[in-house]
Amino acid sequence: MTNSFGEFAKAKMFLVIGSNMTEAHPVAATFLKNAVQNGAGLIVIDPRRHKLVEFAQTHLPLKVGSDIALLNGIMHVLIKENLYDKQFVESFCTGFDELKATVMRYTPEAAGEISGIEPEMIVKVARELASIKPVMVCYTLGITEHTCGKNNVMSVANLQMLLGNMGVECGGVNPLRGQNNVQGACDMGALPNVFPGYQAVGDINARKKFETAWQVTNLPAHNGLMIPQMMDGLVNGKVRGFYIFGENLANTEPDIHKVEHELSSAEFLVVQDIFENETTRFAHVVFPAAAWSENDGTFTNSERRVSRVRTASPPPGYAQPNWWIFKQIAKRMGHNWKSDSAQELWDNEISVLAPNLGGVKYYRIEDDGLQWPCPTINHPGTPILHTNGRFTSGKGNFAPVEWTPPAEVPDEEYPFVLSTGRRLYHYHTRTQTGRCDGLNEMLGEETADISIGDAYKMGIKQDEYIKVRSRRGEVRVKARVTPEMPDGMVWMAFHFREGNSNWLTNPAFDPNTLTAEYKACAVAVEKISA
Amino acid sequence: MNQNRIVINGHTCDFDQGETILDVATRHNIYIPTLCHLKGSTPTGACRICVVEVQGRNDLVASCATPASNQMIIKTESPKVITYRKAILGLMLASGNHNCAIGSSKEESWTEFQIATLNNDYSEDLCPAWGDCELQNLAYRYQVVGRQNSHFGEAQSEESSSSMIAPEINNPFIIRDSSRCILCGRCVAACNEVQVNRAIDFGYRGNESKIIAGADDSLRHSDCVFCGQCVQVCPVGALVEKKALGHGRPWETEKIRTTCPYCGVGCQQLLHVKDNKIVKVTGVEDGSPNKGRLCVKGRFGYDFIYSKERLKTPLIRENGELRPASWDEALNLVAQKFTQIIQESGSDALAGVSCARSINEDSYQMQKLFRAVFKTNNIDHCART
Repeated sequence: MTNSFGEFAKAKMFLVIGSNMTEAHPVAATFLKNAVQNGAGLIVIDPRRHKLVEFAQTHLPLKVGSDIALLNGIMHVLIKENLYDKQFVESFCTGFDELKATVMRYTPEAAGEISGIEPEMIVKVARELASIKPVMVCYTLGITEHTCGKNNVMSVANLQMLLGNMGVECGGVNPLRGQNNVQGACDMGALPNVFPGYQAVGDINARKKFETAWQVTNLPAHNGLMIPQMMDGLVNGKVRGFYIFGENLANTEPDIHKVEHELSSAEFLVVQDIFENETTRFAHVVFPAAAWSENDGTFTNSERRVSRVRTASPPPGYAQPNWWIFKQIAKRMGHNWKSDSAQELWDNEISVLAPNLGGVKYYRIEDDGLQWPCPTINHPGTPILHTNGRFTSGKGNFAPVEWTPPAEVPDEEYPFVLSTGRRLYHYHTRTQTGRCDGLNEMLGEETADISIGDAYKMGIKQDEYIKVRSRRGEVRVKARVTPEMPDGMVWMAFHFREGNSNWLTNPAFDPNTLTAEYKACAVAVEKISA
Repeated sequence: MNQNRIVINGHTCDFDQGETILDVATRHNIYIPTLCHLKGSTPTGACRICVVEVQGRNDLVASCATPASNQMIIKTESPKVITYRKAILGLMLASGNHNCAIGSSKEESWTEFQIATLNNDYSEDLCPAWGDCELQNLAYRYQVVGRQNSHFGEAQSEESSSSMIAPEINNPFIIRDSSRCILCGRCVAACNEVQVNRAIDFGYRGNESKIIAGADDSLRHSDCVFCGQCVQVCPVGALVEKKALGHGRPWETEKIRTTCPYCGVGCQQLLHVKDNKIVKVTGVEDGSPNKGRLCVKGRFGYDFIYSKERLKTPLIRENGELRPASWDEALNLVAQKFTQIIQESGSDALAGVSCARSINEDSYQMQKLFRAVFKTNNIDHCART
């Protein structure tokens, strides 16, 4: 997020796109709803009529995967009607002419044709967005989990720069991160191309810095593999040893049949987790780890806030903190690491090596955490990025993008589009929430959400078991007939093994980020004859 | 001349336009008791406990709903105020099932009652909020005698027995006991103005007045999403956490601040820990980013860590089955195998996936292992999903 949750309640206008906030980020949604109750505007762009739509002045139920066309259409109107922020664009941005050339082809009619939104609505929303300043844009995985995910993000950024909503309080581009510490895992360099603090592995100075700090030589200079490439490597033999830490890949990756084939092909698989799960079935060695409240440490949230995690009770049996396990392996391979607690790791290594975290020390985050960039010990942290038009790379660069359809679109055989996500009462594959009293009672099995119209046409009743099929697999799952759904669409989650949407999802990936297209594939829905 | 000054109990206090008397007092560390007041929501003035005396006015004013105005001279604990508060507290204690017997020490059976109930934490007789009840605290502070007859042995009066309503227990998280409700309305504000789930509200009128869920149904059959904010703000025992019941009294638990393990909002929680076990979770009031708020998972999704299914020992696959192993055996095996793979096929024949759920220090350590020890950048996590 370029901005912070603390600004939500004060904001004047929101554009929420591809985010089912009330279920996936419930507490963030409360602050947004507070703002709306105090008079703020809210435009929701989402195929589903989810709970937040109740609070919206305008809902654009676009077709799944048509985001770029719709956003380009909105930008077309902003430029054509001279509604964009000329001063911001001229002072702080480059590439406007290129953007203009691209979006000029997306007339409201053309954009409407692709997105299924009336051209008049596109014009209306563009005018609404230009009428109030600033507008805060929030998005979630509805934007990123597409084969055009990176381009979707570019599109959102283009819109906010065009509106001059960057670098100001209650504006910005705000992706709500899915997991508690997905921001932190990125910051820590658990990525194939960067060291901690986003220092490129290809940069010789960065490598020298880390070689000195870690007292090693010859750190590898070429980028490593991303998860889907690792999975391919398991099958073609390029990856012989695979180490999975705290991820249940067997249920979370698209096309479970394919994933299980890959995992079962692993020559040597190490899994480190707090429970046996679908993935440990393929492991050769399993390490028992301490869980959330069993060790000290830090999480970094969506707004870049580093907050403390504290120990409430000891881990069960012989389970150990994860950092201890990694240290033990290093030791057995000839490396004696000094840091012997999470605090030592943070205070003596991470905050020393990652420039943006230089001022974050444990003693400073005893209460509220600090938001990076926080380069020095006296720095108060940074709630808002890019203030006064200062972008990280100098000027904000418009990167015009063309709409591309999802990798798999409905056809005669598979006439529905399936989109997926998370529900309120569970989290991912339920390794945690499935073992909490009460949560299973609130939601005990997977459902396939379908529209009232489709249910009527196919004679499907509420809670009736139906079959949902894709080219990858099929599931038997309970129908949830709901006015949230538009005709022609199915929505499912991946909480339960039975009826998991990932038996169906398409392992097609964004070419840059290798993010899978969880949000769009083609399926057939069938009544199970009695 | 000095503008925007008021005098509270002889202390001169500055104020900002729009601040209530309560706001000003709180900011200057002057205590005024409240029950219905909920920070960040519209003042209702419903409970009347926060009344204060303002010089020149005959009536007492609700400090939570009265804006400060220049030169006001205020007394927060005058005899008149105290008499009024005592009367209000007396009415509240008489209006429902408030069997904490505060102030009834004249009764012979008080000690007996106290011992009996403290010995049995599951006792239906002892209010679950005992020791953590704002009404009880105020009754004690102002020495207001509640129910005159003892709870044990003696018949209850007609009035109090009619206030006994069976608690609502048909959901896994929240016990709702209307008989202990003082109709302060904090839960209604929390639900409608703070969390904005709009599941509960005031219903009916006059003596029939009560808090209703949906069309006077149970929470389970309303729009309730079990965020539990109503429980956190309830000053009495009308709303309590079902999972916490019988697992520790408030003075027995240590409160440990931490960060929620679920979504990317990073809510700040207080873990209420007794005997190395989390018995309850609440939001950290005023903590950033969540300002005391939590959702159903943050508040009630903590007990997975005590599951019997937790992995407790390293495991090694042998003849197709995973068998328990010592740390030394398992770690040596992994180190040997990885060393062998690197020697035979090079560093890039190893790959790893880190965890977006675990702490920063763990991800740092894992990428360090891959880069500094294995000499490969084949380290990733579910960063983009």
